[in-house]
Amino acid sequence: MLTLESVTYRYAGAPRASLHEVSIELRDGEVVGLVGASESGKTTVCLVASGLAPRSVGGTLTGRLLLDGVDAAPLAMYQLAARVGIAFASPATQLSGVAGTVYEEVAFGPMNLGLPLPEVIERTDAALASLRIEALAARDPARLSGGQQQLVAIAGLLALRPAHLVLDEPTAQLDPAGTAMVAQALASLAGNGASILVAEQKTDLLAEICSRVVVLDAGGLALDGPALEVLADPRLEELGVAPPSPVRLDRAAHAAGLPAATQGQLAEALAG
Amino acid sequence: MPGPSAVHRLNPLTKAALAAASTALAILLGGIWGPALLVAVAVLLPAFLARIVWRLLRTALLLSLPIAISVLVVNLFFYPAGKQVLFALGPIRATAEGLGFALETLARIGAISGAITLFYLTTPPGELVLDLERRGVSPRVAFVALASVQTVPAMVERAVTITAAQRARGLDTEGSIWRRVRGVLPLAGPVLLGSIGEVEERSMALEARGFTRPGRRTLLWWPQDSDRQRLARWLLVLSVPLLIVARAAGWLEGLG
Repeated sequence: MLTLESVTYRYAGAPRASLHEVSIELRDGEVVGLVGASESGKTTVCLVASGLAPRSVGGTLTGRLLLDGVDAAPLAMYQLAARVGIAFASPATQLSGVAGTVYEEVAFGPMNLGLPLPEVIERTDAALASLRIEALAARDPARLSGGQQQLVAIAGLLALRPAHLVLDEPTAQLDPAGTAMVAQALASLAGNGASILVAEQKTDLLAEICSRVVVLDAGGLALDGPALEVLADPRLEELGVAPPSPVRLDRAAHAAGLPAATQGQLAEALAG
Repeated sequence: MPGPSAVHRLNPLTKAALAAASTALAILLGGIWGPALLVAVAVLLPAFLARIVWRLLRTALLLSLPIAISVLVVNLFFYPAGKQVLFALGPIRATAEGLGFALETLARIGAISGAITLFYLTTPPGELVLDLERRGVSPRVAFVALASVQTVPAMVERAVTITAAQRARGLDTEGSIWRRVRGVLPLAGPVLLGSIGEVEERSMALEARGFTRPGRRTLLWWPQDSDRQRLARWLLVLSVPLLIVARAAGWLEGLG
């Protein structure tokens, strides 16, 4: 379980806090979506949840990050790396920049942890297979498309096998097929007990993979509840978030005088 | 990741030792024939075996051409001890002694640039860094060394993208030299600032992947080494002090 407990965070030199008293709990096996307008604090939540803020980013944090009920404050970043994984939106900066092949890139994290070689190989093979990118193994990561690089970055994260995953717009550069592969991989990880936080603009994807959705507004929690309820909430658009396409379609039909979908039909459509 | 030829597959440290010893020997041997022999044995023969003779000649020439031209011009026309005049260009006289000294220096430069180019063309930077890391060099030092090398093509690629974007917005980067210089300024800022901005996110990503963990990393593979190569490296290293002694004793007077 990963818990943010009353977190207030201010970046170094910033005039005011970017997060105010944010509390989010991710239970084991749960996928939680994080949405909000631009500058609502999504990336900051990801940085705090992964431990990078304030360790690497600097700034001041009040409140606590708890991993399985234990305060993570005393842990160094390399100790957190095996427990909380984070992926950013920009694939190019997530690659190590020193691996000659995709295989070496995906293996980079397990190699850093000093795991035995057979385990490094087993984890790398499994991570490549989970995103069906084995065919890229011998390619130079720098020569891949943005979408392929994003899949490689996520595979590198999966190879670390963290109990908790934080993904900041992981499908920003992916086509629908790549997005579907990431969704499958996340569902599989959650099925194995990982708790996953996904900051994402694609609410259709969140409706498909999340059990809960949290909405941020100006650094504070605005909504927090079951995914299908929150994503169909009329306040979502006011908070700068586009609802999933079944909700938008239903509203358009309703506005045109056509019969609105029942709650059951809408839930079924949202769940894909 | 085995290379395409036996020379490529040599341990990077063996190739580094060959390049370093060739450089030292080219300086110590002096004359024309010593460095020329060195080029034949330590540069052209391995380049032939690695099937990169033309690439090597082209790269070594590009590498050494600016300095070679200046060495030739300066020594040919301004050699202080030059007496035997070959020809004159106005008040400046080209001398035979200057030409002889320039050719000796060019032979050395050729041997040195050839040795360095051979190493560069047959050794991927990643292999050298992995080998050094296996021998106990800190992963951080190895990473910095490799990342520095890898950054250059990434920055070139970024510059090409930004140039295309700026040209699409009307920036003129062609025409007279002055226009080109003016065109560079709006490109330099985004290239440099973009690269600096990426550093922060990249360093966070590295930390999140356990890079700052103390101790040694697991290596997926490393370049092969052998007793023969270890012996060859020692012989190459020993050849340098031996030659220094030989030179000091005057045993190399006949060369050159």
